[in-house]
Amino acid sequence: MHTRVLVRLAVLLSLGGFATAASAASADDYKSASAKAEAVIKQAHALKNEWSTTVAAMKAAKKAADAGKFDEAVKHAQEAEALAHASIAQAQEQAKIWRDAEVR
Amino acid sequence: MLRKTLIAVAIVVGAATPLLAANDVNPQADAKAFKEYFTKRFPKVPLKDFVNGPYSMDEGLRKQWEAIDQFPPYDFAVDKGKQMFATPFKNGKTFADCFPNKGIGIRQNYPYFDTKSGQVISLEYAVNQCLKDNGEKPFDYTKDDMAAVTAYMAFTSRGKPFDIKIPNDPRALAAYQRGKEYFYTRRGQLNFSCASCHVQSPGHRIRTEVLAPAYGITAALPIYRSAWNGMGTTTRRFRTCNSQVRGMPLPGGDEDYRDVEYFLSYVSNGLPISGPGTRP
Repeated sequence: MHTRVLVRLAVLLSLGGFATAASAASADDYKSASAKAEAVIKQAHALKNEWSTTVAAMKAAKKAADAGKFDEAVKHAQEAEALAHASIAQAQEQAKIWRDAEVR
Repeated sequence: MLRKTLIAVAIVVGAATPLLAANDVNPQADAKAFKEYFTKRFPKVPLKDFVNGPYSMDEGLRKQWEAIDQFPPYDFAVDKGKQMFATPFKNGKTFADCFPNKGIGIRQNYPYFDTKSGQVISLEYAVNQCLKDNGEKPFDYTKDDMAAVTAYMAFTSRGKPFDIKIPNDPRALAAYQRGKEYFYTRRGQLNFSCASCHVQSPGHRIRTEVLAPAYGITAALPIYRSAWNGMGTTTRRFRTCNSQVRGMPLPGGDEDYRDVEYFLSYVSNGLPISGPGTRP
């Protein structure tokens, strides 16, 4: 009985350790998030509609990654990706509706 | 047979009409509408005063400007530009060799559409083209030497009315339309277009600044701006606007900047050159 409790405890502890390891982002996680963001930023750049906040988020991501703070780095890269997506949506929408604001 | 043909023609015309309406490009109508919009909205502002931007909208600012203009802060740039104009390049030529009328009193004709290269040539672009053609290093588009040379050229053109032409060339119309689209397109994280400030809100304050009307806005450029603590070109003005709405500015000489300047200057035809100007 006692052994079974200890085994269960060990399993739980190991699972807890695994969970902790899973939540800590690695350099590879950052590289992956950064590559995803870069691909979207490239599209925004092609539309000549990058936002300065996107660039700032990517810089923050790199700075955090250089300091070994990969959780923070991934978060900033994901933020940059979201901002780049929003700027693309803005450009696409404006291409359709800019004439609504025209002085006639 | 005739009936079938008529039906076919009706279908083709019916399908084409909305397309033509959507792509309708009419710079003359735009210029007329622009003038009407601003003169109706600001009936007390004399027509030629629109080129003075915020000073035409705010009495207090105007008094400050009149006081500042007794010793204009752009004078140094005009003097430097004049000197640069007279200084030969390494090959012995000067800026005067690159421009009609030796570069004097011609600011009102820029930007123009160059049918040879199929693009809009702004004054700043022409200055850098001149440097490149003569084996010199082009200037930074935003300030210093570029501001000095264009300040001198504007100074020699003061009072001359904008005379921007759109040649009978579909590429010129397309460039004009691209400029117009750029002007009305919202951009940046703050989702502002040029028109958001300079059509919808001239005369209003944005933080401490009084927004200038778009009508005649390019006539005062380049400007000495207190916020910059120095001179800035048309390119610098556009780049700053982009940054202020949290958008990434375009590189100097970019086609979009030249096209939007073409649009803005065309719809201001008839208004006098007032540059170089002074702004808060």
